[in-house]
Amino acid sequence: MDHLDELENQSIFIMREAYKNFKNLAMLWSIGKDSTVLVWLARKAFFGHCPIPLVHIDTTYKIPAMIKYRDEFAKKWGLNLVVGKNEKALSEGMNHEKGRLVCCEALKTMGLHAVMEQEGYTGLILGIRRDEEGTRAKERYFSPRDKNFEWNFKDQPPELWDQFKTSFTPDTHIRIHPILHWTELNVWEYIHREKIPIIDLYFSNSEGKRYRSLGCAPCTFPIDSKAKNVVEVIEELKNTTSAERSGRAQDQENTYAMQKLRARGYM
Amino acid sequence: MSDNGKANIFNSRLMKLVIVGHVDHGKSTLVGRLMSDTDSLPTGKLDFVKDICKRQGKEFEFAFLLDALEEEQEQGITIDTSQIFFNTQKRRYVIIDAPGHKEFLKNMVTGAANAESALLLIDAYEGIQEQSRRHGYILKLLGLTQVAVVVNKMDLVDYDPEVYYKIKAEYTKFLGSMGIEAREFIPVSAKLGINIAKTSGEIPWYKGPSILSMLDQFTEKQPPTHLPFRFPVQDVYKFDERRIISGRVESGTVNVGDQLVFSPSNKIGVIKTIEAWSVENQPIEAKASESIGFTLEEQIFVERGDVATLKSDLPIVSTTFDVNVFWMGKRHLEKGRTYTLKLTTQEVPCEIVEFKKVVDASTLETLEGQEFLAKNDVAEVTLRTVTPVTFDLFGSIPTTGRFVLVDEYDVCGGGIITTYTPSKSDRLRDEVRNRDFHWLKSDIKLEERAYRNGHQSTLILIVGESGVGKAKLAKYLERKLFELNFQSYLLDGRNVALGVSADIGSQQKKQEGEVLRRFGEVAKLFLDAGHVVISTSNVFNQEDHTDLRLLVEPRQVVEIFVTDDKEMTENCDIRLSIAEAEKESEAANTIYNYLKNKKIFAGHNYSI
Repeated sequence: MDHLDELENQSIFIMREAYKNFKNLAMLWSIGKDSTVLVWLARKAFFGHCPIPLVHIDTTYKIPAMIKYRDEFAKKWGLNLVVGKNEKALSEGMNHEKGRLVCCEALKTMGLHAVMEQEGYTGLILGIRRDEEGTRAKERYFSPRDKNFEWNFKDQPPELWDQFKTSFTPDTHIRIHPILHWTELNVWEYIHREKIPIIDLYFSNSEGKRYRSLGCAPCTFPIDSKAKNVVEVIEELKNTTSAERSGRAQDQENTYAMQKLRARGYM
Repeated sequence: MSDNGKANIFNSRLMKLVIVGHVDHGKSTLVGRLMSDTDSLPTGKLDFVKDICKRQGKEFEFAFLLDALEEEQEQGITIDTSQIFFNTQKRRYVIIDAPGHKEFLKNMVTGAANAESALLLIDAYEGIQEQSRRHGYILKLLGLTQVAVVVNKMDLVDYDPEVYYKIKAEYTKFLGSMGIEAREFIPVSAKLGINIAKTSGEIPWYKGPSILSMLDQFTEKQPPTHLPFRFPVQDVYKFDERRIISGRVESGTVNVGDQLVFSPSNKIGVIKTIEAWSVENQPIEAKASESIGFTLEEQIFVERGDVATLKSDLPIVSTTFDVNVFWMGKRHLEKGRTYTLKLTTQEVPCEIVEFKKVVDASTLETLEGQEFLAKNDVAEVTLRTVTPVTFDLFGSIPTTGRFVLVDEYDVCGGGIITTYTPSKSDRLRDEVRNRDFHWLKSDIKLEERAYRNGHQSTLILIVGESGVGKAKLAKYLERKLFELNFQSYLLDGRNVALGVSADIGSQQKKQEGEVLRRFGEVAKLFLDAGHVVISTSNVFNQEDHTDLRLLVEPRQVVEIFVTDDKEMTENCDIRLSIAEAEKESEAANTIYNYLKNKKIFAGHNYSI
């Protein structure tokens, strides 16, 4: 068994635990590489099927190619897609110029809040990874959020021997992170091995630029890169010392930006 | 650049390493230093953190490189486990920096449970402290034995070998008492970078490896493929025409065509296919740690929590066993309270029968006579579950011999199963298992008999003190059901005793349960033939009823308790006062309606 098999088996186990333990479960699909790998893992876990609805939070500021890719593969793979928007904030003209953190919270966190409430989800699967940034490093596979969506990172449940927190008081929900233990490089190696069709924003364009992490157009910047395909991205990652989310403006806002966002329910 | 990519990919498997030890003994500093000395920091990170320190008027510390949460930097202690990645020439590592503060034991456990090797830090200046011992003990309970001890802050004791040897002698003895042998004791200064990436001139008397070369000598954890096959069912899927039994192989290997026994039901099935999606070839075997799914030749009912094994190497099925447990809950682990035991995919209510030995994990002293387990301590206890659990001893198969305890909503304890002594019920269970394996089955299925009879086979036990009218009610019920065209039969305990058990005379034999066993086996025959068996025997006590249920499983047992004693709280399905039992027609109706509601009696249009 190689290291990718090891990662895949663990993630499938977690996904099946989530499916068994939560009646009303959804999976967040941002169209990025990580959550697309999640969709792939779900089809592995459930033998070609994806019995979990996929939620996409549309801020309306996403890079247009992402929406096209989303609709194409939702159809091709027979996915049950639920699109959420914070219509109220959008009609009041919310955008990143009002402050990046304010905008992220309104359009993403509150947008998610609204869908969760409307659909009554008690479990939400996300594709975050420990190596992305510091606060995610401290996450659990099954991570509780209170009724205000807040994450009490100071008092997290113990997690041992794959026995997860599956019972919880009403009014709370659980975030499930099946690829928490993967690294950025692992994700790409897996995409390569499985031949998963990934949106081409991740590959170097005619101007020698590619996105390393995807988000809203105004707050996400491509990096200089010659990597035109999956193999070249893998090569590039092996030789880089810059951070994956360095092109994500909200992370750079201030020292504890991500801690504050995530404690309040950000993905 | 080659196009297939795979051959030239540096193996990116991560060796999972946890760093534990007492608070302030320098874990975070060591991790920061390891990152820095192996060039594993992202560009600009070091300057970024130095800049923050400068602005906040703090002296730079390597620990700040990984303390991501604001609160952690303010308090100067790690609250939660954090993960850091670095590479050596040999391989990639993920370090789990586990908090050393006593309050955060559950976070330390979380970190250590996911690791395959450990560094345990001891401050040369402060020596062995509370958490040095507690963490050592927890590593042992978690089954993590690939451990090296790091004696840190050697600069504070002028690199004095005597300090090092004293700690080494004392801690070796401590680990030895638990059966662990440290791979090495490495004297270092994490702050100054001595003996971290390479050995150093400051400590010429130490001839062992640096931390990095020690780490490279650790071996990767291998899945337990050499142990007997264990497959706890996680779920059963029916997304399409296939009925797929899914789960993870916890140990051993299995092949298409193998005959499986599911415990505790003892059902048997042969693997028809091993299913997989988006693979080149359909698998024909599966090994430990693989999450798989298979179909069976015959459709049998199995569910989450059942454990599939091969017939040649069966697991233990019992309700009572001895465990070593550590406790992380805010309130004590106590007798008289019900907890949920989670073991593989099984979830069963349980309680503590006995505290055999309670230990203060910071000193390893026995707390004599203590009848509870406090947060952060460990104990040897006897557990009893409400329904039987399928498991192995931790010493034989670790993955099916460990569990967690849930108090209300929270995981509060973890433990390993150390010993098990079969009880009378366990011996009966073994007998039943053996009988079920070799039973020559009729071609007529139970469902077919149920369809013709208009009811499922059921054992109705009417119990209570003598003289409360049980026999009369039983006879009336037998007649009523008979006239409704049901297959009813009155099987009195005395009748079995007179004939089948005529050779048993002595009181001693009775105590050994032989009378009960024979009664159960006779009842089982009638139930197998599809009858509603009515028995009035009050020879048997509540514990015997449990055994009876075991003998006739999976047939249903309905208990009717006739009593006026309000104090009696024993479990039963129907409770009748003596006056109610006397009105036999009404009482029989009550029973009849109950059986109808439970769909045991479906009438003659019963459908399969």
